[in-house]
Formats: sequence, structure tokens, C-alpha cells
Amino acid sequence: MSNVDLDCKGLNCPMPIVKISRAMKELQTGVTLTVTASDPSFKADVEAWVRKMNQKLTSFTDTAGIQTAVIEKIS
Amino acid sequence: MGDNITISQSELIALVNQLVDQKVNARLADVEASLKSIQGTVGTLSENCPEDRATLVVFSGEMDTLFAAFTIAVGAASMGMEVSMFFTFWGLTALRKDKTFSGKAVGEKMVAMMLPNGPHAVPTSRMNMAGMGPLFFKYLMAQRNIESLPNMIALAQELGIKMVACEMSMGVMGVTRAELLDDIDYGGVATYLGDAAKSKITLFV
Repeated sequence: MSNVDLDCKGLNCPMPIVKISRAMKELQTGVTLTVTASDPSFKADVEAWVRKMNQKLTSFTDTAGIQTAVIEKIS
Repeated sequence: MGDNITISQSELIALVNQLVDQKVNARLADVEASLKSIQGTVGTLSENCPEDRATLVVFSGEMDTLFAAFTIAVGAASMGMEVSMFFTFWGLTALRKDKTFSGKAVGEKMVAMMLPNGPHAVPTSRMNMAGMGPLFFKYLMAQRNIESLPNMIALAQELGIKMVACEMSMGVMGVTRAELLDDIDYGGVATYLGDAAKSKITLFV
């Protein structure tokens, strides 16, 4: 499965979801987007975004404030 | 009773077929009538059903209130929603690209003089401190790598957010179309209500 990386570290609300939305539009179904971010609201926001947009959050990790979300494009 | 009617087999079949046809046609007409009524109801429902749309009235014209309005609008657009923003009274400042005095009546010139030049020059709603507040907030926001208000407005335009300037308040404030951003729409309360009636989210900022 192919993957695209997106660096959102240092960006604040609402920029990570703006960038995710843009990046996901370019992807084919089945491709994953790995997003790294430091925004404190990133977890809540990415979860809400995935639910609203009918996509799939395959993993979420947080290592010392650097959060990594893997989103699979399913629709 | 007791009469004997002779009927041939083919006549009997024809008679039965005729009866069956009559019954089936009557039932079919019922089904067709209810289908038509259901189709009508579905049509009315989908016309009145909210779309995936957010509508904002932007009435205030301060850095913080405008920032909140544009953050929500940009966020909604990024969540796949159609977004309309209606700018009225002090909110018109967000759309202002420059300020002119020529050709305006005295009252309009006075209002123009008192209003900020545009989104880069708006006060804060609290802690304005004669213009020191906005400078301080701009510094804090830049330090935290938060987008500036003019950048958020440009982003909203880039994302295809529909921006509508209220003609009535433009008239009151003496604001002309030439002073506002290009590629925006103009309208009145019905324009807002038309979009708001179809929206899942509508906010007054």
C-alpha cells in the first residue's frame, strides 16, 4: 500500500485540517496519508475530520507532543 | 339457482383472464397513485433538507472576532462543507481592500475616516489599548506561528468560500464596491436567509 507524508508540525488550528483536506483530495482510494503535527488540538480535530469525511484513521501515536496520524482514503 | 349454463373451456379462460385483468389494473392504479404521492413527499423533503452547508453572518469587525469567524469558515470548507459568509456593518472591514473619500457625501467621508483601512488595521474587541493591543496580539500570533487575519481571508477566498457583502449596510457606511475585494457577491437579507435555510450550521459573529 502506498503512502504520502504530510508535515504539519508547528502549524496551528485550523491549518492541519486545511492541509489534510487538500492532500487527501489528491490521493487515490487505498492510499494512506501519514500526518505529523504538534498542534495540541490535533487528535480531537483529526478524529472529527475523519468521521465527517468518511475516511479511516488507521493509527494515532503521540511521542512527546509530536503526534502521528495515519489516515487511509476509503471514499 | 339450478340453471345450468353451459360454457366452453375457452370462454371460461377468457372470462377468468378478463376478471384477473380488471383486478390487477385496479390494484396497479392504487400502487401508482401511492407511488406518485411518495415521490411528491420525497421531493418536498429533499428540497427542505439541509445541505452540507455552513452560513455565517459576520457583523463584528475586530481582529479577534473576525479571526474566529474565518477559522470556522476555513475549517468547515476543509471538512467538505459549502460555506457562505455574509458581511454586514462592522464586518465589511474584512472585505475592504482600500479606502476612498472622493465622490462621497460628508457623512460618508466621516464614517470612512473613522473605520479601519482593512483587515490588517482592525482593533481588538478587548485590550485594544489605543491600538497597542492589536500590535501585541500580532506579535504573539506570529511567535506561535498562527496565521494572520489577512492570510486567513485569502485562504477563505482560495477555498471557494462564498463571501457576500450586505448592500444595505454598505449604503449606510458609505462603502463602495470599488473599496471591497474583487470576486465577492453582493446581496441582502433574503440572500442570507436563502442560504441559511439550507444550512446545517448558521452563526452570527
